[in-house]
Amino acid sequence: MARSVTTRHKTIATVAAWIVALLIFFPILYTIITSFKSEQEAIQGFSIIPSGTFESYSEVQAQSGYFKFFFNSVLLSVGSTILALLVAIPAAWSMAFSPTKRTKDILMWMLSTKMMPAVAVLFPIYLIFRDTGLLDSRIGLMIMLMLINLPIVVWMLYTYFREIPGEILEAARMDGASLWNEIVYVLTPMAVPGIASTMLLNIILAWNEAFWTIRLTTTEAAPLTAFISSFSSPQGLFWAKLSAASTLAIAPILIMGWFSQKQLVRGLTFGAVK
Amino acid sequence: MKLRTLTLGLLSASALAFAAHAESITIATVNNGDMVRMQKLTEDFTKANPDIQLNWVTLEENVLRERVTTDIATKGGQYDVMTIGTYEVPIWAKQSWLLPLDKLGDDYDAKDIIPAIAGGLSVDGKLYAAPFYGESSFVMYRKDLMDKAGLKMPDAPTWDFIKQAADKMTDRANGVNGVCLRGKAGWGENMAFLTAMSNSFGARWFDENWKPQFDQPEWKNTLQFYVDLMKADGPEGASSNGFNENLALFQQGKCGMWIDATVAASFVSDPKNSTVADKVGYALAPDNGLGKRGNWLWAWSLAIPAGTLKADAAEKFVAWATSKHYAELVASKEGWANVPPGTRTSLYANPEYQKAAPFAKMTLDSINAADPTHPTVKPVPYVGVQFVAIPEFQGLGTTVGQLFSAALAGQSSVDDALKQAQDAATAAMTEGGYIK
Repeated sequence: MARSVTTRHKTIATVAAWIVALLIFFPILYTIITSFKSEQEAIQGFSIIPSGTFESYSEVQAQSGYFKFFFNSVLLSVGSTILALLVAIPAAWSMAFSPTKRTKDILMWMLSTKMMPAVAVLFPIYLIFRDTGLLDSRIGLMIMLMLINLPIVVWMLYTYFREIPGEILEAARMDGASLWNEIVYVLTPMAVPGIASTMLLNIILAWNEAFWTIRLTTTEAAPLTAFISSFSSPQGLFWAKLSAASTLAIAPILIMGWFSQKQLVRGLTFGAVK
Repeated sequence: MKLRTLTLGLLSASALAFAAHAESITIATVNNGDMVRMQKLTEDFTKANPDIQLNWVTLEENVLRERVTTDIATKGGQYDVMTIGTYEVPIWAKQSWLLPLDKLGDDYDAKDIIPAIAGGLSVDGKLYAAPFYGESSFVMYRKDLMDKAGLKMPDAPTWDFIKQAADKMTDRANGVNGVCLRGKAGWGENMAFLTAMSNSFGARWFDENWKPQFDQPEWKNTLQFYVDLMKADGPEGASSNGFNENLALFQQGKCGMWIDATVAASFVSDPKNSTVADKVGYALAPDNGLGKRGNWLWAWSLAIPAGTLKADAAEKFVAWATSKHYAELVASKEGWANVPPGTRTSLYANPEYQKAAPFAKMTLDSINAADPTHPTVKPVPYVGVQFVAIPEFQGLGTTVGQLFSAALAGQSSVDDALKQAQDAATAAMTEGGYIK
């Protein structure tokens, strides 16, 4: 009896999970479906069976070369993630293993910067970029993306590091390990799952960032967010082309997310059931 | 000797390399059909100007507006040519943010630009932006539904006739709405339509002393007529409909009439995308017999920011893109119907264009019927037909647009929306120093 109740609960939970997942994924799925329609089909109401034309893809590629934007997206998301980890690992280490009475306040303050609307600092940032010659530069945007995601990276790493017993680090110190060796050879290998999931999440956040990547670039450093934006039209129905551009932009990160989902989920739920 | 030869050789090579190095200009634009076509045809320009390389930045309209404003206000120097509209040109020219276009070349024929359009892009008689394509607004209607209703659309209808025709054409059982109008909030969305419409009802945004006029009967008449018309004969969810949404409805045969931009004519008459392509008629925007019609005037135009270091190359490009030669180039490659409309008088005198574009005469008549310097029945202190050319208008226009959109959606009454609009406009004008 108890077993049948458990099985029924499991079935209900599974079905509910599938429904929720489908609801969340449906807009993406419909974008992909629309990208294989002609413009006329795209405006003719709801339909999940496309004619299967690749016309929009070829037009999108002809109008604005995809690969330049793709290359910039890869460079910016990976580059900003590496920069963020270089800064965040030592920061999170000090907060986790040598906390002071102000550590919690500093962490809260870091997180509070994420609550500020980005547009509030658009002009000062734009002027700094202009005066330092960083407008439309990959390095400038990499630093910007690193800075906006840094609070989340530090917070995540701090949470992971807190799960590692301090005694292990003490033992390393007693064995004569320097601070550098302690972080690189003892702490980092133990926190690999946490660092990996932080890295993956940061790459996704940087890939999807649209406010700064559109406003601080023109031609050289523009990533895929600018590519999608260029297909939005105030006068004219180009929904199929816009869908094709969106599909091309999200496909790489979707594939990466699919292959690394185990790692992502493990990292995100690390310490959740303590 | 050897050293001197080597040095000379190196210097010559450097000079050659420098000469061969093309100057690149960056052009910011929007993703409209005509703009996309221009990008495809730029080989014609670069062949004639091999020393100039073109970089395109295409952005969504609001992002473009925000980006070019930021860039020009901070002298960021990111763009050498900007696509801007008739709203920005007078404001930016007065701020000395734009270069006057006085070197467009001897064969440019600036006098050929349609006077109403040239007037909207000039300050103190100087042209600050060259029109790439211009538009007014007019009535697009289904001839078959009009016949079925037993009516005949006059060339210059009144609002009362529009109401009568809309009532007769509405057939909700078959998914036909008598009229489709903009309802989506925004200064360039519902407020473009409603401001132009209010002109024909004798309303105005401000009196000569910048006092807001939403508490006057003319505005009440305008908004009440619009809300009643849309409730009786408009599509469901009209408060979310902008140009593209109404275009989709009209192309699918779900609108008896649509009053919107003249550029829509080429979309609704295109058999590739429109199911009603051969059934569309055109008429001037309606009036109320007060001397002003409810049509607007807009031109997407190319301007050169004052901060550019490549003004000569930029002006060469602007001259090419807005020339008669460019119109002929488009006609030779893609047919006369695809030539950017609404900028040159000579285009409308061209019999081939008249043949290819049945809406040509009505477009020209609509453009000529709009006067941005005298847009209203009563006198006003501002320029602009469907907008007020002051920097505060973008924010204020959108706020008022949200209030009117809410009235259309039934979330507030017409009186409440007008009262709140009056309060918002008074606050904005006082803060801006217009009301002392």
